[in-house]
Amino acid sequence: MERRKRKSIIMEKKKEVLTDLENLGVRIYEQLDRGYFPSIEMPSRSTENIYYDPQVRQFILGDRKVRRNARNIRHLRPFTQLVWTAFFSHELTSQRKTSTLRDVYYSAQAYEMSFKDQQESNNIITDLETVLGFSREDFNIFPEERSAIFGDLTIEYTVPGYEGRTLNLTSHPDGVMIGPALTSSEFVKTTADKVIAIEKGGLFTRFIEENVHKKFNAILVLTAGQAPRATRHFIRRLNRELNIPVYIFTDGDPWGMHIAMVIISGSANAAHLRELTTPDAKWSGVWATDIVNYKLPTDPLDEVDVKRLYELQRDPRYKDPLWQREIKIFLKIRRKAEQEAFSRYGLTYIVDEYLPAKLEETK
Amino acid sequence: MAHTTFEEISAADFFYRNRDIAGFTNPSRAIFAAVRELVENSLDAAESLKIPPDIYVRLSYAGEAGRETQVYKLMVEDNGIGVPPRHIPSAFGQVLFGSKYKLKQQRGTFGLGGKMAILYGQITTHQPASITSSTGMSKIYTYKLMIDIQRNRPLILDRKVLINKERWRGTIVEFSLEGDYFRAMPKILEYFKQTAMVNPYANLTFVDPKGRLYKFTRVTKEMPDPPKETLPHPYGVDVELLQRLIQVTPYRNMLEFLKNHFHRVGEITARKFLEFSNISPSKNPKRLSHEEIVRLMRMLKKFKEFLPPDANCLSPLGEKLLRAGVLKELKPEFVAVHKRRPSTYAGHPFIIEVGIAYGGEIPKKGSFLIYRFANRIPLLYDEASDVSVKVINSVNWRRYKVTPDMPVAILVHICSTKVPYKTVGKEFIADRPEVRREIANGLREVARQLQRFLTRRAHVDRDRRRLGIFSKYLPKIAQFSAKLAGKEKQPDIKKLLRSVKRFGAEKT
Repeated sequence: MERRKRKSIIMEKKKEVLTDLENLGVRIYEQLDRGYFPSIEMPSRSTENIYYDPQVRQFILGDRKVRRNARNIRHLRPFTQLVWTAFFSHELTSQRKTSTLRDVYYSAQAYEMSFKDQQESNNIITDLETVLGFSREDFNIFPEERSAIFGDLTIEYTVPGYEGRTLNLTSHPDGVMIGPALTSSEFVKTTADKVIAIEKGGLFTRFIEENVHKKFNAILVLTAGQAPRATRHFIRRLNRELNIPVYIFTDGDPWGMHIAMVIISGSANAAHLRELTTPDAKWSGVWATDIVNYKLPTDPLDEVDVKRLYELQRDPRYKDPLWQREIKIFLKIRRKAEQEAFSRYGLTYIVDEYLPAKLEETK
Repeated sequence: MAHTTFEEISAADFFYRNRDIAGFTNPSRAIFAAVRELVENSLDAAESLKIPPDIYVRLSYAGEAGRETQVYKLMVEDNGIGVPPRHIPSAFGQVLFGSKYKLKQQRGTFGLGGKMAILYGQITTHQPASITSSTGMSKIYTYKLMIDIQRNRPLILDRKVLINKERWRGTIVEFSLEGDYFRAMPKILEYFKQTAMVNPYANLTFVDPKGRLYKFTRVTKEMPDPPKETLPHPYGVDVELLQRLIQVTPYRNMLEFLKNHFHRVGEITARKFLEFSNISPSKNPKRLSHEEIVRLMRMLKKFKEFLPPDANCLSPLGEKLLRAGVLKELKPEFVAVHKRRPSTYAGHPFIIEVGIAYGGEIPKKGSFLIYRFANRIPLLYDEASDVSVKVINSVNWRRYKVTPDMPVAILVHICSTKVPYKTVGKEFIADRPEVRREIANGLREVARQLQRFLTRRAHVDRDRRRLGIFSKYLPKIAQFSAKLAGKEKQPDIKKLLRSVKRFGAEKT
């Protein structure tokens, strides 16, 4: 890994974000100055305009566009909010400060730009993402959710006050939070040859205790349920920049399946964004097949579980034979199992027996 | 024009026993009826001279009477035509003696109201009434009198003659009566307000028993043309009227009888009718038997070729005065008025005038305020039974973008030689199809005007709101885009704001 080259990836992206924000300002400024009502065009995010692209293996937006025009009185308020959000994002990014969605909502009030509620401000941020094609983390706006990482990876911070400082991600036994500082850091070096993403905190801790990172030469990522976008982007970077495979372990139920799928193929909500997916990542378990083969203690599927399975069956992201097979088996056995279910065979069984077998199987 | 004829028709202490029908039902209603009858007589007395009425009413407390009733002294003064001295005792002391037995639009109809009030006062307090009047000549006459109820004759207790140096003209009636003012107060005040509304050329002053002064000042001296007297229309007569006409007629043959006693009957029509009904033109009307009179009445109603009655015997208020009255008393933001063309029911001509007022000081109360008038008299009781209310309720207001929760007042005025009251109490109008149709058409017209006003106002409001929104957001877009673009100077948005008004008509 050549250090200088990768460093420029982060910095150049920041520069690109700033330039794009400034250009948006110039575009609106010039329209106003020439005496026109300014307008902004962006791809439509309505469900009719969301398609699954098998090529890039994620949802994308179609050709349909929407135009926000300041002449239209119903557009005027969201238009103004969008311009403010762009301005605010530019402030954040250029001053290298971060903010949360909640912060943005409150910050608006300082500019007499109040949002009706958090939802309205979130929507406008999504609009800005759509207009510029960058995700909000690129504007230094982060959600509240946090997930964690642990493993032999040395990173170098780029956030103010920590520039040039490095950290090895094994240095804290609880793992390191995947926050703004981590996601904006450069990768320096690693000995790991794989990434293991885990849905639940209990198992993440067990894996650290059982030295999974050493035994399997792995970087461990806790998604803490549905992985936040920053985490999804970070997993993608691990996959791309370090060129190592990603394996995902979730509960054995439709919701666990979908946590894996969103890491792999993204969500419809993020169809306007790229670089959040890791198409080559593997869902390694817990499969319905595993429930049968390992005779795991189970709970019956309830109504919503079954309904969700039928939805997933029709979902274009799930068209691969493996997914279809597992859905069918879930529907046949009508049972589900949690990751912790392996504890019936002893606390280390999952690490000693199940994990190596599955890593091999999904290699 | 100022000729008024007096004639005696019938005597009756009938009304003494049946005072309910004249509105003297209970102490509160009685005091209301007394005020109302005297005020209306005074208005008529001034209007018959076409002078703007100045009416002063004072009601003062004179003592306790019963548990819930008090004795009041009622004084009503006007600047009207005055009563010739020889007629004063009969005009105020003899029931059914009066000036109201010709056919023209007048407020009262029985020639009864004022005397009923005095009679009621006499029954309840045993006090004489005092009448002072002058026709503006050299003397003023004051009578103190009571009514001999059994004989229906005035008893003159005292008579004074004063020199009228200042040529005062008018009438002052003063008498005592029992009543319940505090229960009647809301209706009495409402009565004055509504009377002022349809008599915008009148000054009304009322001092109540607590000494509170209510003043309704005229806003115009313009007055509607007084009604002309008219003969009865053949479609509107009954046997009683025919008999009365036959009794007094000087004519000796049917042709002349018809030509001279009926409205819009000339030589040709009379001949055609006599042929149609197989009556000899030379027949002496006084020789008609009772059966023949009944037949004559039927034939009159059957004959199709009588011309419709003329409306010049009516005196509608007119759109200008109606508007002035509504503006004066209701102080609305908007008013539309409409006078219908004359129409007839059962041989009686009538004219409907309607008004609709919106906003301003009109309260929102969840339903329309309804003001009903007949021959410029406010009708304050039995609203729900009135034909106007039925028509108002049957109009599809939503079509005119009007809803009952809006501050809306609706006014309906009917004037006729014979107002189709449903009861002798004269408080609500009967549901005659002809009347109903005219009211409905009038309401539609003013409702359309209100709708236009509301639509226009909504446009103005929307434009103002639009401008407000643009003025709020465009400067912010300018500010943030300038900062984002790194420009020192903010873009000029004045031109855009100016153009917002032009876009006002554009659909959003």
